Amino acid sequence: MMSFSKVAKQLTLGVSFSTLLFTLSQAQAEETIKVGVLHSLSGTMAISETTLKDTMLMLIEEQNKKGGLLGKKLEAVVVDPASNWPLFAEKARELLTKDKVAAIFGCWTSVSRKSVLPVIEELNGVLFYPVQYEGEESSKNVFYTGAAPNQQAIPAVDYLMNDLKVKRWVLAGTDYVYPRTTNKILEAYLKAKGVDKKDIMINYTPFGHSDWQSIVADIKKFGSTGKKTAVVSTINGDANVPFYKELGNQGVSAEEIPVVAFSVGEEELSGIDTKPLVGHLAAWNYFMSVDTTKNAAFINQWHEYIKNPKRVTNDPMEAHYIGFNMWVKAVEKAGSVDPDAVQKAIIGVEFPNLTGGVSKMLPNHHISKPVLIGEIQDDGQFATVWQTNKVVDGDAWSDFLPESKPIIADWTAPINCGNYNTKTKKCSGQKF
Amino acid sequence: MSLSSLSPLGKALLFILMFLSTSFVVRAEGDVFAQSLNKLAQGGMQEREQAMLEMAETKHARSLLVLQALLDGKLLSLKSDGKLVIGVEQAEGYQLKDALTDSDLGLVERSNVAKITMTNKLRGTLRKALGQLELSAENPEIRLAAVKAMAKDADAKDIELLKNRLNQEPNVKVKEAIETLLLLDNMRSTDRELRLHALQALQALDNVEVVNRLETMLEKDADGNFLESDLEIRQKAELALKKIGQRKQVYSAIETLFFGLSLGAVLVLAAIGLAITFGVMGVINMAHGELMMLGAYTTYVIQQLMPNHLGWSLLLAIPSAFVIAGLTGIAIERGIIRFLYGRPLETLLATFGVSLFLQQTVRSIFSPLNRSVATPEWMSGSWQYNEFLSITWNRLYILIFCLVVFVLLLELLKRTRLGLEVRAVAQNRTMAKAIGIPTARVDALTFGLGSGIAGVAGVALSQITNVGPNLGQAYIVDSFMVVVFGGVGNLFGTLVAGFSLGIANKFLEPYAGAVLAKILVLVFIILFIQKRPRGLFPQKGRAAEA
Repeated sequence: MMSFSKVAKQLTLGVSFSTLLFTLSQAQAEETIKVGVLHSLSGTMAISETTLKDTMLMLIEEQNKKGGLLGKKLEAVVVDPASNWPLFAEKARELLTKDKVAAIFGCWTSVSRKSVLPVIEELNGVLFYPVQYEGEESSKNVFYTGAAPNQQAIPAVDYLMNDLKVKRWVLAGTDYVYPRTTNKILEAYLKAKGVDKKDIMINYTPFGHSDWQSIVADIKKFGSTGKKTAVVSTINGDANVPFYKELGNQGVSAEEIPVVAFSVGEEELSGIDTKPLVGHLAAWNYFMSVDTTKNAAFINQWHEYIKNPKRVTNDPMEAHYIGFNMWVKAVEKAGSVDPDAVQKAIIGVEFPNLTGGVSKMLPNHHISKPVLIGEIQDDGQFATVWQTNKVVDGDAWSDFLPESKPIIADWTAPINCGNYNTKTKKCSGQKF
Repeated sequence: MSLSSLSPLGKALLFILMFLSTSFVVRAEGDVFAQSLNKLAQGGMQEREQAMLEMAETKHARSLLVLQALLDGKLLSLKSDGKLVIGVEQAEGYQLKDALTDSDLGLVERSNVAKITMTNKLRGTLRKALGQLELSAENPEIRLAAVKAMAKDADAKDIELLKNRLNQEPNVKVKEAIETLLLLDNMRSTDRELRLHALQALQALDNVEVVNRLETMLEKDADGNFLESDLEIRQKAELALKKIGQRKQVYSAIETLFFGLSLGAVLVLAAIGLAITFGVMGVINMAHGELMMLGAYTTYVIQQLMPNHLGWSLLLAIPSAFVIAGLTGIAIERGIIRFLYGRPLETLLATFGVSLFLQQTVRSIFSPLNRSVATPEWMSGSWQYNEFLSITWNRLYILIFCLVVFVLLLELLKRTRLGLEVRAVAQNRTMAKAIGIPTARVDALTFGLGSGIAGVAGVALSQITNVGPNLGQAYIVDSFMVVVFGGVGNLFGTLVAGFSLGIANKFLEPYAGAVLAKILVLVFIILFIQKRPRGLFPQKGRAAEA
């Protein structure tokens, strides 16, 4: 057994070392603007979030090459919340109080965002959240650069309904908040469009579900009635591979029953055998295959930064790209990194996205983006089969849920509220 | 004597084309062909569709070849000048041939060509266009697919074609499919006798299209009148539907049973290694799942080493995974567990640490992203008994594999010297030591054996789920559940427990949903353990009491 004195000695050494580091970083802080990067680098979510950390580092490096911001260099503070939801809140607090970062770019899952939310509101920080999510939220301190349901799910269903003439619907999802809310919105939307209840099948599975035999058999039976059937999948990352494999093995082809997914992107596809997925669909606001000069430059920059020409780009990366550049513009406009000033200045800021349009930060803290639907190719890329002809404004509160229909979010005067009820003319949430 | 009755349609076409090869018509068609090829290369999706249809119309000698290549994803365009080529994939790149002239263009690197992208809509159109040509293909499976593609909306021309085909069709399955289609077509006729006759024949068929057709006959229109006005035919249809429905239920029960068995096989495979380390040795090994993960990664590495021999790489992965996971297991036993015998809590913590260590190591070496392990051809797809019952190959192989591993392990423990020593140490360690069994060595080997089997299970798992650093975590709880339920120390119990939990889960799933089914099974096990703490097959004798 290690003696007590030995332990104590090591402890003191460790503490003094970290104090040394702390003073060093304090000394540096005077000349730099700090940017917090709050993405999991270990644990379950590391698979998706590590890439976003690298994207942020690349964007910050690029900005510094251009001369930094307000005459100062930017400095990234990277922390690892380790896919542990309460740890996200702790790390956010650490970033805001100890490191005094000007803005945080981070989170992936909705539950991690919900965990950070009270901290960031209490300390009045700024968070840029880059992932598509279920909506029904708008905080003064959060900027949602990923898609709201009306920028992903609803257009995808429209495409299936109008272009592929789908009559029967399977809504399959992993059992947590994003799929549940999205499916609630989609079900209400489908019913409003005159789809009969018996033509909708809703199915939830646990996280990381790997035995899809019975569910795929059910989908096959559901789809064998002669009416065109499609699966709208909110199945979470890891469970997708066995799902598509089972579809392939049971002989369900993309031509008979196409699956449109909201969580399967280039990054997820790069880790799997794409054979059984070819022809299935995904709806996003960005595809790596989009042919624009801006996108080509971005991909080039990414490959040079990461030193691996095989790495792919994806939708949340573009969201960070837009979000970061909007923040830079807002800081320049406000002339400071003060959260209140930035929050005010960023509304209305425009920045060209990578797919050829211009995105704008809206008063509800969501951005406008185009919607693209692509078919999976055997090289793990998407071929765009449909896209909106202009950008779609992100809607924080869905118009298809009766309880949130009258609610809007507007962070400009005179409303200044994240959930303002247009009927009762009252703000039922925070109002600063 | 007509040409088409003598030889298949495609050959006849070719013959005519050769015969007329110098005439103006063909030259014009050649122009159209070249034009549509051009359109295919440059145009957007809509032009592409048009070009495909034109090409199918031209009856140019190469159109079938080019369209087939397009469907198979072998039609490429050269990045340098946009010329369309047909490429055969090889290790170093593509072996190219000009799509228009068939002249050899040699080998080029992958990055110099781009695939012509296809969408579902294009594929559907193409398949239908090809369907009529494919009816005379060599491969019976292609013919069957062609018939099925026609079944969706067969027009008079298709029916005529199928009728001609029926007499010369050698394959029973294709013949059956054509007959069904023709019977369904008869149902549309105005001749009442013919319809009744067809109905009689249809009720013996297990076919989804038949069920759909019969169901629509029984539906009512907006005014409440039946779509089928003839009462007798309606009653017959109802009867037929009932008969098919009964058979369908039987098949569906068999299918669910198979689903249960295959889920059980995965559980048994995952748990059987643990049944040795935990059951026989009494070590709570939290790193068991990570040993499976090592097996899965071994499969990945071997597949990377020999990318052209998928099937062999998988077979080779089985012994390699056994050795790698086994050696890791021995190292864990010698390095850590050896010092912790008789202290279950410390063992639990230490092995949990090992599991985190192994996960992060894999994450550092292979990146946190999932790795792609390809499935060989003979393991994908399914064995179709009829339209209501099909069994997927990969699950069937895993079921067989699980039983083979189980029998081998049982024999090893029963018949070999190592097995004898393992059992002796498990029953009474001191006595075994006293009669000269090297218990330390036996411990290490037993742990290595259990770990090696976990590695082998990992090979099987790589075929059905993600290969990533978290692979093991998903199975560790299930494994412990199976071992405890079956009775600690009893291999046979593990087998029975795994299969019964799998079957129970699958029979509950349709009623309760996947989430609730899993919870119900867990609740059942908790209650069961309350009643019988030693599991299904408790160990008997003095050793068990000690």
